[in-house]
Amino acid sequence: MTKKSILQVNEVSLSFGGVKALKNVSFNSEEKSILAIIGPNGAGKSSLLNVINGVYKPQQGEIIFKNTVWKNVIPFQAAQSGISRTFQNIALFKGMSVLENILTGRSLKMRAGLLSQGFYFGACSREEIEHREVVEQIIDFLQIQHIRKTPVGRLPYGLQKRVELARALAAEPELLLLDEPMAGMNVEEKEDMSRFILDVNEEYGTSVVLIEHDMGVVMDISDKIVVLDYGQKIGEGTPNEIKNNQRVIDAYLGVSD
Amino acid sequence: MFYREAGQFKKSYKEDQAILPILQDKIGVVVILLIAFVAIPILASDYWLTAILIPFLVFSLAALGLNLLTGYAGQLSLGTAAFMAVGAFAAYNFELRLPYMPALVSFVLAGLTTAIVGIAFGIPSLRIRGFYLAVATLAAQFFIPWLLVKVGWFTNYSSSGVITTQPIEILGFVFDSPAKRYFLVLSIVAFLALVAKNLVRSNLGRAWMAVRDMDVAAEVIGIKIMRTKLIAFGVSSFYCGVAGALYAYAYLGSVEPDGFNLDLSFRILFMIIIGGIGSIMGSFLGAAFITLLPIFLDIVINEGAEILNLKLAAGVTSIMQLLVFGGLIIFFLIVEPLGLARLWQIAKEKLRLWPFPH
Ligand SMILES: Nc1ncnc2c1ncn2[C@@H]1O[C@H](COP(=O)(O)OP(=O)(O)O)[C@@H](O)[C@H]1O
Ligand SMILES: [Mg+2]
Repeated sequence: MTKKSILQVNEVSLSFGGVKALKNVSFNSEEKSILAIIGPNGAGKSSLLNVINGVYKPQQGEIIFKNTVWKNVIPFQAAQSGISRTFQNIALFKGMSVLENILTGRSLKMRAGLLSQGFYFGACSREEIEHREVVEQIIDFLQIQHIRKTPVGRLPYGLQKRVELARALAAEPELLLLDEPMAGMNVEEKEDMSRFILDVNEEYGTSVVLIEHDMGVVMDISDKIVVLDYGQKIGEGTPNEIKNNQRVIDAYLGVSD
Repeated sequence: MFYREAGQFKKSYKEDQAILPILQDKIGVVVILLIAFVAIPILASDYWLTAILIPFLVFSLAALGLNLLTGYAGQLSLGTAAFMAVGAFAAYNFELRLPYMPALVSFVLAGLTTAIVGIAFGIPSLRIRGFYLAVATLAAQFFIPWLLVKVGWFTNYSSSGVITTQPIEILGFVFDSPAKRYFLVLSIVAFLALVAKNLVRSNLGRAWMAVRDMDVAAEVIGIKIMRTKLIAFGVSSFYCGVAGALYAYAYLGSVEPDGFNLDLSFRILFMIIIGGIGSIMGSFLGAAFITLLPIFLDIVINEGAEILNLKLAAGVTSIMQLLVFGGLIIFFLIVEPLGLARLWQIAKEKLRLWPFPH
């Protein structure tokens, strides 16, 4: 049985001046699956994620998302088609509360016009409550009820990562891109985060592409792993296949922390 | 002790999203509105109304406009006075050429005209930001008054460039006393402040703040950056335009393009810095502070001199004013960038715990 793929990356190459961040990288990710991208620092993992949702424009190659070929997609289109993401360096809106941050994730679904918002009347007040309800479900799911009114800048790192995930989930994405969602977390926080990612994947059928350094976590939660090194794909397969891939062991696993 | 939300449970998201979820705040606002709408028109002298309260309200509105753009949407502008000029001269021309139009309609049209001009001058913000954007808005600050002087049509070919505003008339009712004008300005400003509050607590306001705080993340979440910025310029300029119209019609009565200079733009910028960047209330606090400070200093310095039996050289008070101004601005920029509004918030948080600090 072959599953439908939600995302195909086709021969993508990206360079910054002389630096070749990605060299002819291809892989595909199946619907409702969790795919992990691993590789040493500077391997091009974040760049790859940035190419997928249009933050970076590759010089060559294309992205196929849900059977649509993207040559030069912009982030807004990617968001509109159902991709949302988090960043390696937390990219929350510092001046806003947790609740407001998560509500921005609903932007694409809000329709109220300028006047309606100015008077907080009709479509606007209806929408604000409707979307608040959805956002509260996400807040419950990620267990951040107690901080919903807190300005995000005051939160510890681990919680900020969680809020960023909440904001991405608020868009009800079909594909979720997570750039090192567990970096800098302790074991317990990592377990929580893994649990959340698995739950999102199982309950909502959201496909996930994530970058992660913790091999234990990666082996546990991913259906498929893509290994990058110096901008090149040096391995692809199930966790078991990757564990036994000599090239990967030589380049990466052998010398890992 | 008295400022507590204990026992006030919110039963729905609607209640939780109300502008004033805490009872004490509701009472406070009602009291302020009663004083502003009832007590002041009855009690205040004409001097207070014309020299202090009306300009305070007009500046609050301009500061509010700038705060929407700079404080909420993060786009620094040094062209506030120029946009006020557009509003003032647009209202003048609407009244002049369509005399049957109620003043209120002219003010709204003046606001809309200014919004269009503001959007045009906001276009550079799509490519540049921060310091460079400020310089681009500076272009507006020099270009607009120049154009208003240069093209005689705008001032109805008044030889000096000075225009004298028509009486404010709405459907036969003439606002011919300071108290009436105060009442009109107060109503407009209170209404527009409420609209501003609504905007910043709904989707548009969140989009503004998102663009301000982290534009890449905003775009990735599906916020249209260009559209969001241009709407900010449009709405902000609308506010500044109406403020300009009121500045001419309800405060000064006659204005000239050169009166809307960079000095005025900076004054309004200082109001939001001192009052609070990204705060509706801060716009009012800042305007009050900067309108009242010179008067207050004047009294203090002159009384002080009298008591100490000193004879002050001419101009000492204005130098003192500049010193205090400069000092305060540096203080707020360094120590409390969120201004008086933030200090007020901290005081409220303390009060909520008082007298038990834990
Ligand atoms: N915006 C950028 N400008 C210039 N070089 C970049 C940029 N983003 C990434 N790079 C370069 O691309 C390479 C891959 O970086 P990155 O994708 O961040 O790696 P990883 O996420 O695997 O650590 C690095 O050499 C990095 O310096
Ligand atoms: Mg990275």
